Formats: sequence, C-alpha cells, structure tokens
Amino acid sequence: MDGLIKHISHPHPVTGVTNSKLGIWLFLASEVMLFGALFSAYVVLRTGAPAWPEGAKILNVPLATLNTFILITSSVTMVLSWAAAATRDLGKFRKWMAITILLGCAFLVVKAFEYQSKFSHHHYPATDNFYATYFTLTGLHGIHVICGLLANLWLLLPGSKLFAKDPEMFTGRIEAAGLYWHFVDLVWIFLFPVLYLL
Amino acid sequence: MAHAHAAAHDHGHHELPFWRKYIFSTDHKVIGMQYGITALLFLFIGFAFIMLMRWQLAYPGQPLPILQNIFAETQMVGGIMLPEFYNQLGAMHGTIMIFLGVVPLAVGAYGNYVVPLQVGAPDMAFPKLNAMSYWLYFIGGVIMLTSFFLPAGGAQSGWTSYPPLSIIAGEGQTWWLIGMAFLINSSLLGSINILTTIIQLRAPGLTFWRLPYFVWAQFVTSFLLLLAFPPLMAAAVLQLMDRLAGTSFFMPSGLVVNGQALEIAGGGNPVLWQHLFWFLAHPEVYVLILPAMGIITEIIACNTRKPVYGYKALVYSVVFLGFMSFVVWAHHMFLTGMGTQMSTFFQVTTMIISIPSVVILTTLVLTLWGGSIRFNTPMLFALAFLPMFAIGGLTGLPLGLNSTDIHLHDTYYVIGHFHYVVAPGTIFALFAGIYFWFPKMTGRRMNEVLGKIHFFFSFIFMNVIFMPMFIQGLAGVNRRLYDPMQYAHNQSTQGLNVVSSWGAWLLALAQIPFIFNFFWSIFAGKKTQENPWQATTLEWTAPSPPPHGNFTVEPRVYRGPYEYSVPGRKDDFYPQSSPEGK
Amino acid sequence: MQNYGWGLPVDISTHGWQIDRLILFFHVSMFVLFFGWLAFMVYALVKFRARAGHKAEYESKHFKLPTFLEIGIAILELVLLVVFSMPIWARYREVPPDVKNSVRVRIVAEQFAWNVHYPGADGKFGKVDPKLMGASSPVGLDPNDAAGKDDIVTINQLHIPVNTPIVVDLTSKDVIHSFSLPVARVKQDVIPGQATSVWFETKQTGEFEIVCAQLCGLGHYRMRGFFVVESKEDFAKWLREQAPQQEVIETTPEAAAVPTGPSTDAPLPAAPLKH
Repeated sequence: MDGLIKHISHPHPVTGVTNSKLGIWLFLASEVMLFGALFSAYVVLRTGAPAWPEGAKILNVPLATLNTFILITSSVTMVLSWAAAATRDLGKFRKWMAITILLGCAFLVVKAFEYQSKFSHHHYPATDNFYATYFTLTGLHGIHVICGLLANLWLLLPGSKLFAKDPEMFTGRIEAAGLYWHFVDLVWIFLFPVLYLL
Repeated sequence: MAHAHAAAHDHGHHELPFWRKYIFSTDHKVIGMQYGITALLFLFIGFAFIMLMRWQLAYPGQPLPILQNIFAETQMVGGIMLPEFYNQLGAMHGTIMIFLGVVPLAVGAYGNYVVPLQVGAPDMAFPKLNAMSYWLYFIGGVIMLTSFFLPAGGAQSGWTSYPPLSIIAGEGQTWWLIGMAFLINSSLLGSINILTTIIQLRAPGLTFWRLPYFVWAQFVTSFLLLLAFPPLMAAAVLQLMDRLAGTSFFMPSGLVVNGQALEIAGGGNPVLWQHLFWFLAHPEVYVLILPAMGIITEIIACNTRKPVYGYKALVYSVVFLGFMSFVVWAHHMFLTGMGTQMSTFFQVTTMIISIPSVVILTTLVLTLWGGSIRFNTPMLFALAFLPMFAIGGLTGLPLGLNSTDIHLHDTYYVIGHFHYVVAPGTIFALFAGIYFWFPKMTGRRMNEVLGKIHFFFSFIFMNVIFMPMFIQGLAGVNRRLYDPMQYAHNQSTQGLNVVSSWGAWLLALAQIPFIFNFFWSIFAGKKTQENPWQATTLEWTAPSPPPHGNFTVEPRVYRGPYEYSVPGRKDDFYPQSSPEGK
Repeated sequence: MQNYGWGLPVDISTHGWQIDRLILFFHVSMFVLFFGWLAFMVYALVKFRARAGHKAEYESKHFKLPTFLEIGIAILELVLLVVFSMPIWARYREVPPDVKNSVRVRIVAEQFAWNVHYPGADGKFGKVDPKLMGASSPVGLDPNDAAGKDDIVTINQLHIPVNTPIVVDLTSKDVIHSFSLPVARVKQDVIPGQATSVWFETKQTGEFEIVCAQLCGLGHYRMRGFFVVESKEDFAKWLREQAPQQEVIETTPEAAAVPTGPSTDAPLPAAPLKH
C-alpha cells in the first residue's frame, strides 16, 4: 500500500532528495532550534549571574576530550557503514555499524562515570546553575545519543532485513540515521568547549 | 466510517482487520478524521470549562444550579466555585482550546485530510509517522485532562505557566509539562510530514505557483510549528528540572513563599521563561490563523466563481507573515521592565506584521468584486470570518504599542482581541471547512437549513460574548480574576459579564443544530457525487469518499487552482487536472 | 462612582492624557477603517450576488485604491509609533524625575498583598534582607540598621502627595505580580529577583486602588491595595501617624511637609536585571 508513494527510494527530479532525506533535514532543523534555545538560555543565565565558575576547574576536561574523540570517530565509522551499504557490502556494513554503536556506548559509559563522580561529591543539578546547566544540557544530549544508538541497533539487527528486499531504500535509511548521528556529534562539539573550556 | 464501499484497488492484498483499518490506520484520511473527532471533543470540553467559569464571572459567589453535585469538595463548596478551581479551568481552557482543539483540528485534521488530496498524492509522505503523531497527541491530551483528578487539581498558572508561580504550584503543573512534551513531539512529526508531502509528492504539473492557497497556508504553518515549538520544548524541560530536580533556571535568589525562604540555589531568571515561551507562542497564534485563511480562500474562490484577486500577493503575504512571526514575540512582555531600544524593535516588527494581514484581508474582499456570489453555509461562515478577523486584527494595534499597552495589558481588551481572531475567526473558518469538505469525506451533504441556523445564531452570540470585553478592557477590568467585584473600577461593567455569560450559554445551544446535522447527515444526508460545489482543485476529482490511495489514476495538472468563469468555456469552472481543451 | 464607568477610568496623572489620546486616536481610526471596509464588502456582496443572467468576471478589475490605503495605513502606524508612542515610553521609562522634589517609596509584592515601605523622616531606606522577611517585618528590615528605625511599612496602604513626582521601586518576594494604578495609567510587572522602578505624578486627589495585573495564585483576585492621593499636608500628617513610636520628633510644619532627599539608601537585595 505504501508502494504508491513516490520518492521513497528514488530522489525527486527537482529537489534531488528522497522523502526520508528531506524529512531528516527538517527534523534536524527543529533540533537546531531545540539546542539553540538551550544554549541561549545558558548565555542568559551566565551573563546575568554575579559569579560563574570556570568549567575547566570543576569538570573533567581530559575525560571529555576523550569523549569528543570517541564521538568524532563514531561519526567516521557511521559514514563507513553507509558507504558499505551503498556499495552493497552487508558484512562491512554490519562491522562498521557495530563499531559505531560500541563507540556510542563508550561515550555513554564515560558520561555515566562523570555523572557518578559528581553525585558522589554531592553535586547535583540543584546545587547551582552551573551544575543545573551542565547536567541538563549533557543529559538531553545523552538522551539523543541513546535514541541514536537504539535506531542504529535496529538498523543493524531487525532492520537490516530490508537490505535484501530494497537495498536502495535501506541505504537511504542508513544515510538518514547517519545525518542524525552527525548532528548529535556536532552538538557535542559545541557543548564541549562551552561547558568545559569557557 | 463510510469507507465500507472503498473502491476495489487494494493492490490485491487482503482487507486489513478493523483495528488496523480504523484505529491504528496509516491512511491520512482516517488519521485526519481521528484528529478531527478528537479535536472537536476537546473543543467541547474546553468550551464546557469556560461556560462554568462564566457562571462565576456573571454571578460571583452564587451556587451553580443543577450541576453542582458532580464536582468535588476541592472544586466547589456548596456549589460555589473555589478560586483554585477557577484558575485550573482558566489555565486548561486556554491550553485545551489552543493545543488540543484548534491546532489539531486546523493542522492535524484539515492538513492531514486535504493536503495529500489537493497535491494529488496517494497519502502523506510518512504514513506510519502520521499515525504516531496522532497517538502522541491523544496521549498528551489524556495526560493533560487526567491532571484534574489529582488531589491538588490540574495546572492553574495560566496556559502561559509563568515561573516562579508555576514552579511552586501543585502537581498538576508537572502533568501539564509532560502533556505538552507529547503534544510538541506530535506537532513536530506532523509538520515534517506535511512539509515533505507538499515538497515531494505534488502531482506532475503542480508547480508551487499552481498550488491551492490552502496548501500554501499549511506549508507556512508547518514551518512555524517545526521551528517555533522546539524552544518551548527546551523551556518545558527546564521548568520540569526546576520543579522535579530543584534547579533554579527560572528561580531567582531570595524567594520567600508563605513566610518561608525557599531552599534553592537561586540565580535564575523568570523572564527567561517568558522569552522562550513567547518565542513559540507568538508563531503559534499564526499557526491558529493561517490554516483558517487557507480554508476560506478555497471557499470564497469557489463561491464567487472567479479566480482570487492577487493570488501572488496572497502567497507573498503568507510567507512574509511566517518570517515576521518569529521576531515579534516580546510584545507580550512590554511591561517586564523592557528598555526603550528593545521595545522599539518589537513595536516596529509588530506594526510591520500587521501589513500582510491587511493585504490578505483586502485581497479576499476584492475577490468578491465582479463575482457571482453563492451564499451557501460554508460561504456564510467564510464571509463572516473576514470582518471578525478584521476586528481582532485592528484591536491588536493598540496592544502592539507599548504606551497604550500600559493601560490595556492584562485586561479584558486582550481577551476580546484574541478571541475575535480565534473564535469568530478561526473557528468559523473551521466550521466553513466542515460544511465544505463533508461531502468529500462522506459522500453526502449536510443540511443547508440547519447550517444557516447554526451560522446565524453562532454569529450573533459570538459578538454578544466578545464585543463587551473591549468596553471592559478600556475600563481597566483585569483578566484571570476569580471575583471581579473585589475592585471598585470593575463594578460598573459587571453587567457586561452577565451579557457575555448568557452569550456563551446561548452559543452552546446554537451548536445543537450543527451537532445534530453532522451526525444525521453521515447516515441520511443527501448523497452526492465527486464535485458537488463545482470546484477546481484536485480533491474534487477523487471519489467521495476517496478510497485508499485516493486517485484511481494519478492526476496531472495543467493550470492554476482557481480557473473559474474562464471566457469561452461552457462550464464556469475549469478543474486543475482536466486535459487541455476538455 | 464617577471615577469609573464604561469608558477609560478617570485620569489623575500628568502623563496619562497622552496615552488616552493615543487610545482614542486608535479607536477612531479603527472605526473609520473598519466601517469603510465593511461598507465596501457589503456593497460587493449585494451587487455581485449570484442570480439569473449574471456571470462572474474572469479578469479582475485592478483596484488602485487598496494599494494607496495600505501604504496609508503603514504610514499611519509609523506615525503613531514614532511621533506618539515612542516619546511616551521614553519619558515613562527612562527620564528620572527631579530627585530632590520626588517622593520615593518601595513596594515589595507578595502573595497576596502590597508591602509599602517609606524611608521615614531621615529620607533613607533601612537595610533589608530576604532572610529577615516574616510577619513582623514583611519587607525584611534589618533591626540593627539605624537608618531603618524610622522607616514606615504598611500593608496595602499607598499614600502619596498630589502634584509631586513619585518614584516607586518595585520587587516581589515570591512570584510575578504586576503593580497597576489604573487611574494613574501606571502598570509595571513586579518580578522577583528584579528591581524595577516606575515614576508618575498626579494632579487630583482621591481614594483609588492598587490592582495586581498578573496572575499570581489563588488570591490574585483579592490582591487589592488602597491608593490614596492627598494634599502634601495630609500626606505628611499621615506619615507622622504611621511613624514607629520610638522618637517623637518636633518639627515645624514646613520641615514636616514632604520628606525628600537623595536616595543614597541601601540597595534592594537583588541586582537589577537588564535585558
């Protein structure tokens, strides 16, 4: 019944994109507004505050640098998994996607370790606005990472059945997931300096 | 509903079971009707809330007759409404009407049902996502309503939820925030769907400049929803953190509530919430009005039997309106301590944004000139929309200048202003749309006599309710007052509260012919073919009701959307997809 | 109640006439525009109703007037904004009155009352601290501060002298309220954590109301204060009656007239937020 809907697998002749590609870009535009609003809130709170601690003094910069590296690498492996799907190599796709997922999990583990270290020193979101901002921004980012991991996991396992039926459409889905994953990476690339270095 | 006789082109696969065909359907028409019925129910609930409130406003402190026994002791004592219940009804009336009623009807129902048909597509671009949007909306609505049954009642800090009040308020406010999160996500998915459908799935020959104005309106509306809602999502997350995790995003230092200093970190900014909230909420009001303008343009073109005057001006205006709507938000915040420069910026943008609205209204009135005007029920509602929206729009002007806003802010003048735009404005347009597209959805027509009675009395009572509010506002009567009689300056206009209240209750009665007409016509209305209105847009070439997949043959478009009374042709309408020469 | 009716409330302020004039001008313009436009619409509906033998025109007659009207409306709005509204706002918000001759008063709003705080005969506000806010001291006056000993704090009683600039410093203890004096065309949101000031001058005496113009909770509807405008002598007499009874200060009528003086008093607890 969905067979009647056009441009699912093949791009529209004028726009040059498939429906899902346009859809994911539109979604990312809304995500830019979401994180943009949060960053704006941070700017308002920080400039209005009589005092604001230096991120580097409170947060673990080396760990976060590691996490940045992990996430950037996972974006690279995500592209490799897409390229494998585009060249119709299911085995390679599986390998690179699995590595991407593992790297994403590693990111979350490091984050959990950071959070735990803060909690054990009785630093919670309620402690002050620096911590409130830190936990909320990284927490929401973390939720986005989890959603991306779940999507990637689905594509790796049950979702990969589509590869056999319609590899073009499947590759399109990997591309959409990849765009989302890059965006999540990009948000972190802004979060890291803003929270940890400034 | 009336899909039982759907055309036999099911790609040869088996009929879907009932629950997949009607409950978890992915067909945009079924989803559109689900949105429609749910939204109409919520509109009714929101209306019921204000009817209750209007008893307290007209007869403060008097026990409610007859119905008092259905309310709990935390809501009414001896039939007399408690202030907390009044505030809950007030906050929820606004929330329900906007987020659970009008927008789901205007965008979820109309957008979903009509847009794929008007662009010649078999369905929305993402049918499963469409179903998910509906269910997220439904769940969000249920969460919001359920909050009334909590011990402390529902949200009661206004639909605007300003902190610190909303932070220290009872549990209901948390549910409001969670409900909003569901609604926002529903909207986001819906807008992605509509935008992708319009951009990608237009039938061959249907260029952007040949799109029906309804589609243009939905296009801009979806951009507004896509880009304006996320900041409110962010704000809702921050408010949830303040309420549940004890943060102080919006809570300044040194707060003392009920004699106790609050044990919080402080350092937050209540005005930050207002900026984030109104960044959405102003575009939101354009979300409320643009689909309405789209609907009535379709109906006016069809019932004047001529092309709309200045189609291009209409399109440029609606796009410009969309852009401008993002840069006027702080006119809701003039009195928060704003300096001259910032308020000048927002006054200028607010004055500028009135221009495209004036262009749209003028263009539609000029369309009447030289027409052959048919006065059926949808046309009556569409025509009434014009002066009603004009009153609403004009009364926005003194509110948009900060100096006059000093006197008018937070008074009944504001309530009169926005209700004129949304109630005899948008809601009339939505009624018009129901009468207009009912034949397409069901294959039957609604009764014209009942429709005209519905129109006539609704028009009168809408004005009876809202016109007095301008007088009250000028006299300085403030909003959200449980008992207006406490203030001396409200006493002389108290009689107007009685007038408005009776207007509201009579308006409710005036809906009875409509409700009866709607349900009766589904089963016993006069049967009709594809194009009872002799209209030109693509939906009128599909069967009534359209089968799954909409069109038996993919349409091809040869001309613009309003080719009525083309010289040299026998019929006074030339459908978009009729081949040349036919 | 001649002060109130179906129109604008009585205007006892010196600046209100500009606001009222602009409101009137708006409404006259709105009536003219609306009824002119409506007349055209009704005329068109009658002239072009569908009937036997009447056909619609495919080519629209091009109207020039609407373009002129639209440009005219845009210019009108610009004029109203620049010539009328902006000067009002600039004066209302930015121009401080002549400090020596003004009466300064602080109001701390709370759920659901207005705590009015006068500096007393010494002209200085005593130190305040939110931690000290309680039933005995609604504004949290520090009992150890000498400057605060003669301060006058009332609940819901705002008295001011007529023909005198009044500066009101506003803040809130708990939630957002809005300080509104309809007869003085004054309205200002009172936001906790933020100190804002309004100023105005009255030209007529009488007894009026303070209104809360922002939903602040259950008791929002009854957050009514008493706003009394009286002669300078009556005001001085009232202040003397309110004064705390620690010292009896013999003063001459002239010296007791209007407590003035520069406001070199302790600042309000929270730093003002600019945006």
